[in-house]
Amino acid sequence: MGETLAVNFREDSTVRGHSSWWATVVACAVAVVACSGGGASGDRVLVSAAASLTDVFTAMEAAFEDATPDVDVVLNFGPSSGLREQIMEGAPADVYASADEANMARLVDAGEVAGEPQVFARNRLQIVVPEGNPGGVTGLADFARDGLFIGLCADGVPCGVLARELLANAGVDPVVDTDEPDVRSLLTKVAQGELDAGIVYVTDVVAADGVEGIEVPPEHQVETAYPIAVLGEAPNRNGAEKFVAFVMSDAGRSILSSFGFAAP
Amino acid sequence: MSITPDRRRHTARPPAALVVLGCLGLALFVVPLVGLLGRVPWSDLPALLATDVVTDALRLSLVASLAATAISFVLGLPLAWILARTVFPGRRLVRGVVMLPLVLPPVVGGAALLFALGRRGLIGGPLAEATGLVLPFSIWGVILATTFVAMPFLVITVEGALRNLDGRHEGAASTLGASRWTVLRRVTLPMIAPSLASGLLLTWARAFGEFGATVTFAGNLQGRTQTMPLAVFVALESDRDTAVAISLVMVLISLGVLVALRDRWTRSL
Repeated sequence: MGETLAVNFREDSTVRGHSSWWATVVACAVAVVACSGGGASGDRVLVSAAASLTDVFTAMEAAFEDATPDVDVVLNFGPSSGLREQIMEGAPADVYASADEANMARLVDAGEVAGEPQVFARNRLQIVVPEGNPGGVTGLADFARDGLFIGLCADGVPCGVLARELLANAGVDPVVDTDEPDVRSLLTKVAQGELDAGIVYVTDVVAADGVEGIEVPPEHQVETAYPIAVLGEAPNRNGAEKFVAFVMSDAGRSILSSFGFAAP
Repeated sequence: MSITPDRRRHTARPPAALVVLGCLGLALFVVPLVGLLGRVPWSDLPALLATDVVTDALRLSLVASLAATAISFVLGLPLAWILARTVFPGRRLVRGVVMLPLVLPPVVGGAALLFALGRRGLIGGPLAEATGLVLPFSIWGVILATTFVAMPFLVITVEGALRNLDGRHEGAASTLGASRWTVLRRVTLPMIAPSLASGLLLTWARAFGEFGATVTFAGNLQGRTQTMPLAVFVALESDRDTAVAISLVMVLISLGVLVALRDRWTRSL
């Protein structure tokens, strides 16, 4: 190791040009401070949203910024639980949109939410298979069938908890090949044909290429609510409230429904 | 290793600015570690670590990282030798390709592996048809993804050592009638042993911590493909105490190995 890497950093080359090197360090430090101070981005709203909202909130951002040019929305997508964790650890976010009520409730209990969370959309689950359904999957019973490659979201992220609830409702004990960390990685593996079936939100099936959805019997269906809230320590409370109001407005609702989300 | 005078260690007092910046650099590594230690649920630790999730993940991590290191040795050493000792058109490009996993986000590497070697992949498809062997969702997939990400560390380290090697010893050996294979085995390898050991250690360390390529290519299933980093990531979502406990084990194992072996194996550097 010392061999290869040290060669480039022999003393002769580092000692020479001492002052210009210092100048670089100082310049870098100044640049970093200037950027993080964020002089120009005065009305920035940081929205931490569940990964399953990626497409719809990207469209929401564009529409909102058209209507409210003085506010710049920055979207941070991730698993609802991971985002909640970040916020509880002090990450500076203005708005939190979760894919389930449990994570929002924990955030409310932790005193991180300003006011009441509002449910802005609902979603339901669907079986997802690769285009052409190579595994010949017809229903939830196939999740216990030998010889198929089956994936679910990990138990702990909302889509994983709900999928297991759905399977339990149907009395199916699944034989799982992978517990994917989030919806997107599960969808990728299904679209690629690596997995024969998975369970995701109907909105994910609508958005994804290369996959087909199979409805589950309504009596087993698990519906989920998406709550949104302005955070108590929001650096930009005003902008955050504007964004939440837009999501709840008719304009927001019509964007949501175009991506397959049901009204609250 | 031919040690030239300027490589000898200096014990002189370093300039103050260097010390300040060095300490800042050190803080970057120490502060997160302190943060982690502050979160360790010490009293519940034995119970948390005795669960199947943790023991399964530990076993898989050790098996996969050691297998990846062994494969890197068998395949990476010849590759390093070829890159260091032969001249052929496109050698720079080949070296660039070998180094690519160092730069590429591991998730991208994992996706690329999936497209090539997945169940419906370019090579993986025919392979599965012919032999029934499916790499994703199996320990073989974990080992493959881990090797992909870790092997470049062995190749660069060994290639550098071979380049800096004084060729006279090898020349003398072959003049004395040693075959090329004997020269490699009896002269070259012993001479680069410290760098080789260092490379193996780096390779193992990278393999032990591998996350992105593994989860993308091999998936995540307890007892089959869930290594320690994957277990931490999943537990972070739902059970932070377990996540912190597993992280602590990873830190202790890594630190133990690095501290114990780095100096012993690389003393002659």
